[in-house]
Amino acid sequence: MILKNRGIAFKLNLLILTSVTLIFAAIFTYTYLFTRDMLVQEIEQGAFNLARATAKEIDSVLLAVERTPENVAIAMEQFRPQSTDFTGLIESSIQHSEEIYGATVAFEPYEYSPTIRFFAPYYYKGKEGMDFTYIPYDYIYEDWYQIPKELDRPVWSEPYFDEGAGNILMSTYSVPFYDLEGPEKILVGITTADISLAWLQNIVQAIKIGKTGYGFLITKNGTFVTHPNSRLIMNETIFSLAEARQDARLREIGQSMVRGETGFVSMNCEFTGQPCWMVYAPLSSNEWSLGVMFPKQELMAGVFRLNKIVLALGIVGFFVIMILIMAISGTITRPLRALTRVAEDVATGNLDAEMPKIKSRDEVARLAGSLEYMKTSLKDYIRDLTELTAAKERIESELQIARDIQMGILPKVFPPFPDRDDFDLYAEVEPAKEVGGDLYDFFFLDNEHLCVTLGDVSGKGVPAALFMTITQTLVKTRATQGLSAAEVIEWVNRDLSQENPSFMFVTMFFGIFNLNTGVMDYVMAGHNPPYIVRANGDLEIVESTKGMALGIREEARYESAKLTLQKDDMLFLFTDGVTEAMNPKNDLFSEERLEDLLRVIGRKPIKEVIARVMAQVHHFADTAPQADDITMLALKHKGND
Amino acid sequence: MPDSRGASWFSINSCRANTGKILLAVCLLVFAGALGAPATHAREVRLIPQWVPQAQFAGYYMGLEKGFYKKRDIDLTIIAGGPLKQSSEYLASGKAEFATLWLASGIQMRDHAVPVVNIAQMVRRSALMLVAKKSTGIRTPQDLNGKKVGLWEPVFQIQPTAFIEKYGLDVTIVRQSYSVNLFLRGGVDVASAMWYNEYHTILNAGLDPDDLVTFFFHEHGLNFPEDGIYVLEDTFNQDPEMCQAFVAASIEGWRYAFAHPEETIDLVMKNLKAEHIPATRVHQKWMLERMQDLMYPAGEVFTPGELKYEDYARVAYALQDFGLINSVPDYNTFYRKCYDDTQK
Repeated sequence: MILKNRGIAFKLNLLILTSVTLIFAAIFTYTYLFTRDMLVQEIEQGAFNLARATAKEIDSVLLAVERTPENVAIAMEQFRPQSTDFTGLIESSIQHSEEIYGATVAFEPYEYSPTIRFFAPYYYKGKEGMDFTYIPYDYIYEDWYQIPKELDRPVWSEPYFDEGAGNILMSTYSVPFYDLEGPEKILVGITTADISLAWLQNIVQAIKIGKTGYGFLITKNGTFVTHPNSRLIMNETIFSLAEARQDARLREIGQSMVRGETGFVSMNCEFTGQPCWMVYAPLSSNEWSLGVMFPKQELMAGVFRLNKIVLALGIVGFFVIMILIMAISGTITRPLRALTRVAEDVATGNLDAEMPKIKSRDEVARLAGSLEYMKTSLKDYIRDLTELTAAKERIESELQIARDIQMGILPKVFPPFPDRDDFDLYAEVEPAKEVGGDLYDFFFLDNEHLCVTLGDVSGKGVPAALFMTITQTLVKTRATQGLSAAEVIEWVNRDLSQENPSFMFVTMFFGIFNLNTGVMDYVMAGHNPPYIVRANGDLEIVESTKGMALGIREEARYESAKLTLQKDDMLFLFTDGVTEAMNPKNDLFSEERLEDLLRVIGRKPIKEVIARVMAQVHHFADTAPQADDITMLALKHKGND
Repeated sequence: MPDSRGASWFSINSCRANTGKILLAVCLLVFAGALGAPATHAREVRLIPQWVPQAQFAGYYMGLEKGFYKKRDIDLTIIAGGPLKQSSEYLASGKAEFATLWLASGIQMRDHAVPVVNIAQMVRRSALMLVAKKSTGIRTPQDLNGKKVGLWEPVFQIQPTAFIEKYGLDVTIVRQSYSVNLFLRGGVDVASAMWYNEYHTILNAGLDPDDLVTFFFHEHGLNFPEDGIYVLEDTFNQDPEMCQAFVAASIEGWRYAFAHPEETIDLVMKNLKAEHIPATRVHQKWMLERMQDLMYPAGEVFTPGELKYEDYARVAYALQDFGLINSVPDYNTFYRKCYDDTQK
């Protein structure tokens, strides 16, 4: 992990600042969403109110206009007034209405008079007061006439430009009237009122939301009646706009609008291209739909400004916290770094390194105290250790001397009897690190009897060495008293057993070899049997005499046995340091390996045999430390020629 | 309100030459003939399409714009048609050498002794259709029984009337004006519409194609091919090569228009603006695309400009049955083939 190798200040900064940033982001997001939603709700409510109020304002005018032709229609149905009467009615109704531009009563063909096919006197506000004309064309297929006729109900027409009135935008409200006297009601004609839509456009254009918000009005067909983009007016429908924009959603919104629904939607403003909310509400009179665009960015400016301030505060806070953390972590890490230097100094041995001054009483101060204590303790310890080491060195050197003395007891000069050529004898000891307890010896009892001994004291160290020295001395002493081999060993056993408080013991091979006969009288006291390599290379194991190790039981009895060495036969003695040498896998060198080896090299000169065995044991042990002394002794009978 | 054209006059369909206008044209022709109008060999000629320069005539305008007439030694001027400039009248009186007319109108003129000849039948399919809202429960022709059906003036009533007879329907016919408002408000259950015009107007009033049921007459064995190019018989006799060149240039113009729709719509919008006719781009685009469908219907084998006898006979005999002509003019005198595939 990256953090592992970083300093405390860095870790503190990273973890705390990350947490703080996350917390702040969460708070910021929540605040933003909450304030935004609240504002959007308010805007939505306000938008609906505005749209409804505006629609109501328009409706109130249109509904007032509707009453005029409705009243005329009632009058026509009730009284069937003659031309002069109802034209006066029309004229006065126009004069009394600000909004109405012109009005007519249009009759079905021949309804007014059997001789007049079309009759439709039309009054309108001319440039110089009231003007009058008869509608000069076959009006019955015009929308303003035909739609109310076919639908049997009053209808507001789609808006149109009236060239006669100066190319202003107009809409007509048409009310059918009937002959109610017959069994079936029969359409007699249509009364109308034409209004200019200029005032309506003014009302809608007066809607200003912020700098870029605006209102617009579409008809039942979706045609734009007012829009800040004048190119759209009377030219495009909301659906053709949707088709041009390839905007299926706009088409759906338009369909909702012309169905007379009310809604609040989010969309891109047609006029500015900015994101907007749009509220729409229907006019109840003519089923047109009023839309108002609310520019999001302007209305949300407050929220955005608040966001910016909160964000700026957050950033400032972030840096303040960062500086604080750096300061605090500095008070921790500075003494820590100083303490680290001290510890490094101490590690290199400078126990007098000066401790930094720490004023605080916190964990760092305690650490400094501990370090100081450690330093003092270390000093004391090192002093003690120095003394101990000196003592140990002295002991070790003494031990070395003891060892040298011990080894000095063993005969080391070969050939030991250069004037004798009737036998070869060679021995070698490889002591383990500590002072050990292997021993060997050979000496003449008389001119023809050679005494050979090889033993192994239990345990190690100084006691074993001393025990070995005693044994060596005892053997030599007893052997020279003219006793048999078994007697020598019994005496030595008795001597060793009597003064053996620490219950040490020694295994031993003891033999007295008659150089004339080649017969050896031997005793084995708990020792591993030696080998004989015959002159022809055969390997024999010397039969054990089954005696126990010396120094254990005072009254133990020992019996001797005899072996015979012919010319060039070799007796090979060894301690268990050879066969129990271990390699790193804890395998033993073992008797088998030794026997195999002796079969191969057993007829070589004895010095070489011992050297080869020693080399093989070392090779086998590899890196494993030597646990025990390795001692070998070889005797070859040359015969007496 | 006294202005009869109202708000929607510009959306009037192209070819509403009524019989009164045709009679007037006949009179003018007779008058012109008495003056012995000279048929010069001057290559300066005029074309009048039967309506305003909307996408319905884009091919001719594009041909002029791209010099397809010029390279055939024709110095063409296009006179914009309109409610006050009937192409039949201009053709009859010699104010234009070339005119586009509906096939039915052309046959009627011929029957009324105006010697017009069809030199190219450009539109192969009838765009006339009936439209109904699914909300009225109409799905099949039989569902029209008992419904109110809006129809235009007589020349547009031939196909619907034959349709009504074919399916044995009993409907109430309401005369339909130039706007589709009567239909949109529910004053009629079924409306007449031109596919490339009123149908799109209905879509752009918020009704989805899924809300509507359509009956195309060409799908009911009542295909009356519409726009074709007409000249007076004398013009053709004096310079048949020029007529052939004119047709070839026109076909090339149309091909170019269909291959370059945006460029073509630009030109259409420019022309409409020059005529002070309010227009929307999407509507003209729709119209151009439908013209392609009508002029190059998928699956029909034909030579461009060809007037097939079966189409001619279908229209002519229907007119006769309807009493709109006295006799069926001879096919071979009425139609002069001016283009085949090998021509360039």
